[in-house]
Amino acid sequence: MLEKAIQGSSRYWVWILFLLSLIGAGVIAYIYQFQNGLGVTGMSRDVSWGLYIGQFTFLVGVAASGVMVVLPYYLHHYKKFARLTILGEFLAIAAVIMCMLFIFVDMGQPLRVLNVLLHPTPNSVMFYDMCVLAGYLILNLIVGWTVLGAERKDVPPPKWVKPVIYLSIAWAPSIHTVTAFLYAGLPGRHFWLSAIMAARFLASAFAGGPALLILLCLIVRKYTKFDPGKEAIQAIGKIVTYCMLINVFFLGLEFFTAFYSGIPGHMHSFIYLYAGLHGHSQLVPVMWISSILAVIAIFLLIFPQFRKNEGLLAVACASTFLSLWIDKGFGLVIGGFVPNPMERITEYWPTFPETVISIAVWAVGFLVLTILYKIAVSVKEEVVFDKYGEKQIQG
Amino acid sequence: MDRREFIKIAGISSIFGLGGLTAFGTLKGKLEASQTGPSQNPQALKAKRWALVIDTTKFKTEEDFKRCIDACHKAHNVPHITDNIKHEIKWMWTDTYEHVFPGVEDEYLAEKVKEMPMLVLCNHCDNPACVRVCPTKATFKRKSDGIVMMDMHRCIGCRFCMAACPYGARSFNYKDPRPYMKEEDMNPEFPTRMKGVVEKCTFCYERLAKGLMPACVEASNGALIFGDLEDPNSEVRKILSERHSYRRRPELGTRPSVYYLF
Ligand code: SF4
Ligand code: SF4
Ligand code: SF4
Repeated sequence: MLEKAIQGSSRYWVWILFLLSLIGAGVIAYIYQFQNGLGVTGMSRDVSWGLYIGQFTFLVGVAASGVMVVLPYYLHHYKKFARLTILGEFLAIAAVIMCMLFIFVDMGQPLRVLNVLLHPTPNSVMFYDMCVLAGYLILNLIVGWTVLGAERKDVPPPKWVKPVIYLSIAWAPSIHTVTAFLYAGLPGRHFWLSAIMAARFLASAFAGGPALLILLCLIVRKYTKFDPGKEAIQAIGKIVTYCMLINVFFLGLEFFTAFYSGIPGHMHSFIYLYAGLHGHSQLVPVMWISSILAVIAIFLLIFPQFRKNEGLLAVACASTFLSLWIDKGFGLVIGGFVPNPMERITEYWPTFPETVISIAVWAVGFLVLTILYKIAVSVKEEVVFDKYGEKQIQG
Repeated sequence: MDRREFIKIAGISSIFGLGGLTAFGTLKGKLEASQTGPSQNPQALKAKRWALVIDTTKFKTEEDFKRCIDACHKAHNVPHITDNIKHEIKWMWTDTYEHVFPGVEDEYLAEKVKEMPMLVLCNHCDNPACVRVCPTKATFKRKSDGIVMMDMHRCIGCRFCMAACPYGARSFNYKDPRPYMKEEDMNPEFPTRMKGVVEKCTFCYERLAKGLMPACVEASNGALIFGDLEDPNSEVRKILSERHSYRRRPELGTRPSVYYLF
């Protein structure tokens, strides 16, 4: 099937070249970082994780969210998602690859990465995170490739792949739960030390990931002959709506606990993020943008008449995605470090090299995604024409 | 895993370019031996659980603090990074009372007390969060005497331990530390570090192995008392049974081995 990736229009190649140039810039920036150390980033002794780990956290959510289309199709035989599952699985693959790259660029001694396997440490959550992420990548590769291959040959997928699919469905929440445990089990970091962290992670993931998937579906439909289906898109829209509401509800719970209890340590990070603490307020505008986007998204999502309009749905999904991207990919990580354990404040803002490297990792993800989607769409275009003998937009 | 096994794996991994063993150069073998286990040296100081008691009443002038800090930082080749405070490395430093003991502040507390500087360092916790989270065992609690150690040629620089330590005791080498050390201040018997690894106070394991007290204790003129917490006859136990002492953030269950006398 790989040959499908290299037969494309000029628009396809311009896009690929664009991504490659971003990746090239990132490689140069990474070499600079590799030679000079992580001091080229905005991180510090006090804020020792930054944009990289934030993006990693966010993308684990995107990876896990593939299950939101896979599960209804395979467990509830929701046929409308038939054409979508492959897009969900391939999105998960691209997201996991980005996660791994973000971890890699964040390491102080990247050449020693194998130490995690050479000295397996079962009491470290990071060890499990590596294991579940690698496992999830492999599962999705197997499932996506096999099912698509079968579809291309117009035969039902082999029987053995069913249990693998069920396993991948069960696996998806685990990757994000384990990622939440990276944060939620640390003594003395009040902002993260919350039992609801994993649940909140899952809710935001199952809103943000499917929102991205809707946007991708709309793009795929615009530029190819493959249509993931209007009803399918609407169904995902409902998923985004519920999960976004649950996510905001969970955030509200955090606020309640912090402010009604009135315990200073629990309130400090929230105050820092949303109002500024002791004159330090660098993140306040960013967090408010996130909140305003969330309000816009929810407003457009809860009214079915807005949601049914695909233009508005696209706006709602873009707002959801951006809002969560800021909240989880940035605020959540930085907020945990401010104030520091001695209640002193050091602020953080990513530097230029750090930003270029992060963009490049996203570009790698989009490159993988483009190639995988290209293959999937080419197969789907052929298959559907063969089967029904008509353009499947009506279907 | 024992030392031999580790050296074997480190050797194999360095063939594949994974080792990054250059950090310690020739000193490596010698120091490693004293790192993981009790020293074979008959003069070595031994304990079941080392602890440090800081008598805050004996620190009167800035000079009293500086003597201890300088002794530590010189003995361990800790770089003096002043051009970017965010990249600072510190094993022992001072902060004011209200920041060392956050949460016990009181609005009417005398300004003098609030602003009172105190020494801070790694607490060598009995239940260390940093050790729990480390994915490579690069930071580990030594079974023989409870010291929380660093293996700086195993550390991958993930900084999970820095997020986990509730005392801000750990520093990361955001850049090559060597240009920040003055030749004349360096201790040739202690290794320098490379960029990309985490470091902190190690209770002077290398000095204990030679039968010496920690450098800061030696320089403190009796203001720091070091000894075995599990020996009822040790000096630290005697002082703790006589005087009122505090540990930092005891509610977190980390069980620090550093005590403050007031
Ligand atoms: S003070 Fe921090 S670094 Fe030291 S042992 Fe305790 S948790 Fe670890
Ligand atoms: S930075 Fe080093 S010592 Fe700290 S958790 Fe990572 S590997 Fe362990
Ligand atoms: S015990 Fe040793 S390493 Fe720790 S602060 Fe004192 S001199 Fe430094």
